[in-house]
Amino acid sequence: MTTATATKTDLKKTAAQLRISIIRMIEAAGSGHPGGSLSIIDILLYLYTQVLRHDAKKPAWPDRDRLILSKGHACPALYAVMAHCGYFPESELMTLRKLGSPLQGHPDRLRLPGIEASTGSLGQGLSIGLGMALAGQMDKKDYRVYAILGDGEMQEGQVWEALMAAPKFKTANLTVIIDSNNGQIDGHVNEIMSLDPLADKLASFGWDVKAIDGHDFAAIAGAFPADRTAVGKPRAVIAHTIKGKGVSFMENQIGWHGKAPNKEEADKAVAELAKGLS
Amino acid sequence: MKATREAFGEALLELGEKNPAVVALDADLSKSTMTLAFAKKYPERHIELGIAEQNMVGVGAGLALCGKVPFITSFACFLVGRLEPLRIAAAYNKTNLKIVGTHAGLGIGDDGASQMGLEDIAAMRALPGMVVLQPADELEAKQAVLWAAAHDGPVYLRLTRQKLVDCHKPGYQFQLGRCDRVWAPQPEPKHYQATIFASGGTVGEAIKAAQDLTARKFAAQVVNAATLAPFDEEAVRQAAAVSERLVTVEDHNINGGLGSAVCEAAAAAGVGVPVVRLGARSFGESGMPDELYDKHGLSAPHIVEACLRNL
Repeated sequence: MTTATATKTDLKKTAAQLRISIIRMIEAAGSGHPGGSLSIIDILLYLYTQVLRHDAKKPAWPDRDRLILSKGHACPALYAVMAHCGYFPESELMTLRKLGSPLQGHPDRLRLPGIEASTGSLGQGLSIGLGMALAGQMDKKDYRVYAILGDGEMQEGQVWEALMAAPKFKTANLTVIIDSNNGQIDGHVNEIMSLDPLADKLASFGWDVKAIDGHDFAAIAGAFPADRTAVGKPRAVIAHTIKGKGVSFMENQIGWHGKAPNKEEADKAVAELAKGLS
Repeated sequence: MKATREAFGEALLELGEKNPAVVALDADLSKSTMTLAFAKKYPERHIELGIAEQNMVGVGAGLALCGKVPFITSFACFLVGRLEPLRIAAAYNKTNLKIVGTHAGLGIGDDGASQMGLEDIAAMRALPGMVVLQPADELEAKQAVLWAAAHDGPVYLRLTRQKLVDCHKPGYQFQLGRCDRVWAPQPEPKHYQATIFASGGTVGEAIKAAQDLTARKFAAQVVNAATLAPFDEEAVRQAAAVSERLVTVEDHNINGGLGSAVCEAAAAAGVGVPVVRLGARSFGESGMPDELYDKHGLSAPHIVEACLRNL
């Protein structure tokens, strides 16, 4: 369990390091999703090091907080953070997507301890998170549940069924985080199937909504208060992010949604990211 | 004589008392799926999710991942129609989710085709690790529900709206993956002209057919297949060894259900015995259950004909 408050500079440096891991993992795998991994890594890093009650040595601890990466294709980011927290050796990161690796192309809870739900078929994580939150409520446990969805993923109907249901049960222990990077495979979310006005929609469904810059650690800290005070409603955090964040030639480029960099591209990306390490 | 959904409702109530982890989830059909009594007695363990079945699958999976034993219930067609969350949240995650599809098949009668699950066994059999159960009477249904609650993993229970005749004697004990013979002529012949495999709503018709055949000096026995996955291949091999033909009869589409399972087992065992399959070959329609069983070829006279027909 990490409770120490890291400085903003430390977090930025660690994020740069994890971004390098993401690039190298996907390069080594020869396939994967850099865009959405780079957009969510800052939030994942903050949650795993500053917010979540968890213990890498006890992944089945009943009172742990649960985080579900519903946008499972961003798992390189999750794996990088989990390795950073000690769930498995960092050297294993390079086995991503290889035969027999616990680091499957999309998260697999049965192969990798610490993964709360196997995901990747979009639209399902919030429902699963709601079930976990309801179990916590029934058992009078104080663990919290976080589900991270992509903005494109919000086009799935099941998400709206879950969004409708959670406020009925006043699951204040449930937070949905929407990685709003405005990118999906076929183009920009606001052109493919717009979600606007997303904050209004969520609020009208009964959620406590906060919109933040998903790369600003001060803003992220404001959205995930450490005091665990419940607001009586489930929370929604719309994180405005940049797809491919941190790598100039990937930023906001739809083509980098699901394409691996070759050696030359990866070297170039790492050289840029390395500037954030000092 | 009871509908298997009624037996489920009673067994669930019993489980509610025995096991505090048991939770029931509904999608606006608690009166039909028979979870209402549980909901009244254990309101804190009943979750009404409205007409949103795919969310119910996910919520059930999440509850299971936190140690609950959730029973999610709706009509068979509405539940299995949400195959993707069943594939991932239930089967791939290996969650301890109990999926209860009531109102299976033509047997629901006058509500008609859109309410009749006739494809669900085929779909659920294709999910790795999914146990598929279809009890044939009240006794077996209660035991199957209790078994499902004790089993760690996803289970699909296919239940009927209509009442089913009791085909098991009081001492019967359900066993996973085991077919059981529910009818044979006395004294028992060494050799059968036909062995009839039935499941759920068709078992009663199969017994009627076998009785009729016996009166005609034609040796037939009836085997009940309560477990459709994992399937009892040995039962097929044994039946084939003593039978001139196998007949399957199911209130489900002709493809992918009991008939397919029997054919697969017979082919794998290399037995050269013909298999005659009876089952729905089209969507259903409105009508009384017995009229529909007759029209779609599942009633006793059709089974008799399938046993006697020249091949």
